[in-house]
Amino acid sequence: MELDPDDVFRDEDEDSDNEFYQERESTKEYAVYLVDASPKMFSTTCPAEDQKNETHFHIAVSCIAQLLKTQIINRSYDEVAICFFNTREKKNLQDLSGVFVFNVAERDYLDRPTARFIKEFDRIEESFEKEIGSQYGIVSGSRDNSLYNALWVAQGLLRKGSAKTADKRILLFTNEDDPFGSVRAAAKTDMTRTTLQRAKDAQDLGISIELLPLSQPDEEFNVSLFYADLIGLGGDELALCTPSAGQKLEDMKDQLRKRMFTKRIVRRISFIIANGLSIELNTYALIRPTVPGAITWLDSVTNRPLKTERSFICADTGALVQNPAIRFQPYKGKSIKFSVNELSEIKRVSTGHLRLLGFKPLSCLKDYHNLRPSTFVFPSDKEVIGSTCIFIALHRSMLRLKRFAVAFYGNPSHPQLVALIAQDEIVSAGGQVEPPGMHMIYLPYSDDIRPVEELHTDTNVVPRATDDQVKMAMALMKRIDLKDFSVCQFANPALQRHYAVLQALALEEDELPEITDETVPDEEGMARPGVAKAIEEFKLSVYGDDYCETSEKIVTEASRKRKVAAVNAAKHIGNYNWEDLADNGKLKNLKVTDLKLYLMAHGLSVTGNKEVLMDRILNHMGK
Amino acid sequence: MARNREKLILLLDVSPSMHSVLPDVEKLCTLLVGKKLIYGNADEVGVVLFGTEDTKNDLTKEVGGYEHVMVFQDSKVVDEHLLNSLKHLPRGTFPGDFLDAIVVGVDMLIKQYRETYKGRKRICLITDALCPIKDSDVGTKEDQVNTIARQIVSFGLKMENIVVRSNLSGEVNKQIADENDHILNLFSKKSSTKTLYVDSPISLRGALKTRNISPVTIFRGDLELSPKMKIKIWVYKKTAEEKFPTLRKYSDKAPSNDKFATHEVKVDYEYKNIEDPSKVVPPEQRIKGYRYGPQVVPISSAEWEIAKFKPEKGVKLLGFTDATNILRHYYMKDGQQTVVVGVLTPNVSEYDNIPDSFYFNVLPFAEDIREFQFPSFNNFPMLWQPNEKQQEAADILVKMLDLAPSGKPETLLPEFTPNPVLECFYRHLELKSNHPDAAVPPLDETLKKITEPDPALLAENNSVIDALHRQFELKENPKLKKSTRRLQQEKPCGSGEGYVDADVADAQVVNSIESKSSVVKVEEIGDLTPVQDFEAMMSRRDSPDWVSKAMKNMKNKIFDLVENSYEGDNYPKAVELLVALRKGCILEQEPKEFDDFLCYLCKFCREKNLSNFCEFLESKELSLISKSEAIDSDVTDNEVGSIHFRTELKLKE
Repeated sequence: MELDPDDVFRDEDEDSDNEFYQERESTKEYAVYLVDASPKMFSTTCPAEDQKNETHFHIAVSCIAQLLKTQIINRSYDEVAICFFNTREKKNLQDLSGVFVFNVAERDYLDRPTARFIKEFDRIEESFEKEIGSQYGIVSGSRDNSLYNALWVAQGLLRKGSAKTADKRILLFTNEDDPFGSVRAAAKTDMTRTTLQRAKDAQDLGISIELLPLSQPDEEFNVSLFYADLIGLGGDELALCTPSAGQKLEDMKDQLRKRMFTKRIVRRISFIIANGLSIELNTYALIRPTVPGAITWLDSVTNRPLKTERSFICADTGALVQNPAIRFQPYKGKSIKFSVNELSEIKRVSTGHLRLLGFKPLSCLKDYHNLRPSTFVFPSDKEVIGSTCIFIALHRSMLRLKRFAVAFYGNPSHPQLVALIAQDEIVSAGGQVEPPGMHMIYLPYSDDIRPVEELHTDTNVVPRATDDQVKMAMALMKRIDLKDFSVCQFANPALQRHYAVLQALALEEDELPEITDETVPDEEGMARPGVAKAIEEFKLSVYGDDYCETSEKIVTEASRKRKVAAVNAAKHIGNYNWEDLADNGKLKNLKVTDLKLYLMAHGLSVTGNKEVLMDRILNHMGK
Repeated sequence: MARNREKLILLLDVSPSMHSVLPDVEKLCTLLVGKKLIYGNADEVGVVLFGTEDTKNDLTKEVGGYEHVMVFQDSKVVDEHLLNSLKHLPRGTFPGDFLDAIVVGVDMLIKQYRETYKGRKRICLITDALCPIKDSDVGTKEDQVNTIARQIVSFGLKMENIVVRSNLSGEVNKQIADENDHILNLFSKKSSTKTLYVDSPISLRGALKTRNISPVTIFRGDLELSPKMKIKIWVYKKTAEEKFPTLRKYSDKAPSNDKFATHEVKVDYEYKNIEDPSKVVPPEQRIKGYRYGPQVVPISSAEWEIAKFKPEKGVKLLGFTDATNILRHYYMKDGQQTVVVGVLTPNVSEYDNIPDSFYFNVLPFAEDIREFQFPSFNNFPMLWQPNEKQQEAADILVKMLDLAPSGKPETLLPEFTPNPVLECFYRHLELKSNHPDAAVPPLDETLKKITEPDPALLAENNSVIDALHRQFELKENPKLKKSTRRLQQEKPCGSGEGYVDADVADAQVVNSIESKSSVVKVEEIGDLTPVQDFEAMMSRRDSPDWVSKAMKNMKNKIFDLVENSYEGDNYPKAVELLVALRKGCILEQEPKEFDDFLCYLCKFCREKNLSNFCEFLESKELSLISKSEAIDSDVTDNEVGSIHFRTELKLKE
């Protein structure tokens, strides 16, 4: 594990927080995208929003491109290969015809996505005809079987790594539900048999094959013609993967994108409903903040990565301490010692299970009863048969009675009281919007809730809005109604910016890309006469006529103090020769308080750790 | 900071009607002071008891009256002595007059600090407010309250009243309760007083905030509806997790006679070239690199400062949408992100004197969502679909296992639920300060109701749960071996599945998957789950020796607990084990094993000045095993019933 001093100084509890947010994935994913490049993929189109039709090939390729961009941010350790079949040219290790593995320099066929890979793949459609070419590879009378070859190539690529530590998948994009349709009867049976055998061999090696069928506007993709056997689907599962015909482009893209993700279980837990009745649940992290990746320190001279070595030194004797396992807490003038084991025993107030305590009406769950992002739970009959049945029954009851369950989650690192809210499945044309299941909401304890409203308690009755003001506010709300609002429609501008900068630097581009910040208010919309009028009326009803924008700075006590501190600091910074210290790398020898003097004297921020402070000083000096 | 120092007077009602909740009051107050010793060691605390036999306060000397109000601890900086004194509050014998106590408390604060101290001055009253308030010589009770309230306001005091009403049944005089509630309500109206009603020991333990956080605004500025209209707002944290304290690393390198040793551990970092570890790079020669796929892109802070996203500071309205568009589970956590999109939901005040406000919750960005697909429940095989009867059983459970029954206060309300882990930590800390080797204390009965279902609620719903058992059958998947990981999942610290109420029979009847799968052969009684270990050993049938080994092991364990007990801290645990041993001995028809041991234990305690353990046993009504319970016993029922251990011992000797 990489060590970062900033990280190490965080308290242990935050570490468990980190665990919660990052849930280090134990397995890597190796995925091969097999994209059908037959002429049919180019000739079949889907109506897009702007009246322009998009080909199936374009849909598949743009979904993959989008996925790669997510992957390099979120799961950059996963490896991926993109492989076209039914191509004119061939490029693969086995030298099989009709299969072309797409790649860029400095990268294996199956490897982590790189900036260059993503960039080149974005332009694949421009060069496709020239470089790769489309040509149906299953022809009557020849023994060529491009689908067979494609599976073989994919299997060859996925030979890497053990199936135990890696999740291996082949994702097959095609709009041809009957690949051997044009082949004569005898040869067809033979080809079907060998292809299915090929697929089965791959599956036996622990490779899962998933089909991402593209339906034509007038004709449904018939999975049962051939592919049901290939991917090994039973009757019930068939319904799950068959897309409906005539979907809109956006819906189809949505559906593909969702299906390309693999579900990762965070934990398997037991949910104890009553003594002797405990069912099996899987937990999933559906919502977690995505943050810029961790910092890797480099040697600025060579740009080579550095290894951080941490050593513990006894403050009294200066001796090296090996892995100190005792912690202490000053209390009553003594140092009270705890062993690491004792500390974890304290946290083990309950078993690692989820234990039902009872139910409450949904209205009892307040908006501030929320400590961290929720976790999704879904039943499993894998180990305990009957779990799903009880879960569904409770789920239905809770939905109907509008109640949530209160349970104690004895997670060893962070035991907590939780609310379980049943969520009904919501489906739209683009597929599942909300999966059925329950969401686990982490509840605060008494000491986690601050009674801040009471700060503004007045011995008199506080003013309330008049009916007229409320009416104006309602009119305003109607005016500024967000049409088709969906919770996660905004991209995180800070993150987008972060990765755009990284991408530009990684590809050594000179210009920094512009990103649009989707989170800023729609100023044009706000300026529309109807809206402007509603705002004006509301303003008038609340502030009256004599409202004027006052932006005069009130000198607060805090800012006054800051000024005094700056003046004081200015007197003291003369004690050091800052330029000299900076040039000789000796700033680090100063105390944080001394560093802050410099910053205060120059009106700079004094937040952050020593590292940050030093950086800020150097920046200010222009070094 | 001097300003944050708090002066607190605890007014504790110890009158007879309060006796049942005093153990929880003691724990609450001990925790409060214990945490002050760490986080607010300059805070001052005074303790006033009322309903006491004795009277001791300034006012009674100066003006007379104010009987049965006792200044138990003068207001002073928190120390160990104060903490210890709160562990065992004297039980009072008189009805408590909380109004007298408030006057004494206010008087103490005013006399001691006058106007000279501008910081927080707080009075905290814990009472059941069920005793009548004495009539005043001058004016009505209301006049009296008005006078006190004016003082409270003019001296800037804050008051917090916690009214414990757990046994609102039978003999409670409703008229008195109503009148007292009226008086308390008057305080809330006339001064900055908060009155909380709690109905259970858990809520009592959670009702008083045991740490002081001075609320500070995290943002003051404009909420911009449009560039044309802005509203001045102040933003505070409403919910912030109180974390498990960060303990420092301990070094034992200093010689043991070094009194000034800090025992601290410093962390030193060295940065080495990965290819050539002998090369050490000075910290300022480092540069930050960010990963982008397999590449690491170096960016200096200066470059980053220019390139990074810099949003404008402020809160701006995007628009409105129907509340149903935002599902509850999308709420994230507010963090250090540079920019967030969130929802404001109205928080309509229930009180005339508290203004309305908004709650802000952060929503996820597109990057934060993982759109996993899950099968629709309707697509599951018929076998997995609940039938009508099963659905009915589930409906009844969801309805009946009710934590918020109408007309009664909600249980496990987050506002009133203490954090069991932190309670456990601070209690252990306190135990260790007296006894460095003290074991991790088990959760007490009150706190256990947070981690486990309330036995009373379960008992009420026995038939509902039985029906559930009848309707649903769970089977282990025969094709799968239970993963070893789960077998090893540890048992909770010192707490088990209701072994105190010993509903063992019930638990055995049901086809428990847990018990079947978790039979790990126990060979010794451990510290974590001694009762379960004992029961497991007793029930081992692979050798007859296990029973005697289990009993012997258990006796040693109990003996150790009693012997190593400090101020009785191990007693409850010892009794738990004794109860288990007793039951085991009855089941195995070995009453003498238990009776002899108990006598021996009592004798030992008397000799070692631990006779309060015998008293404790008495209070727990733990008796010898009688003839009617086990035929081999030579103790008759008469001897058992009322005879105390001390006399019992004489008999034996």
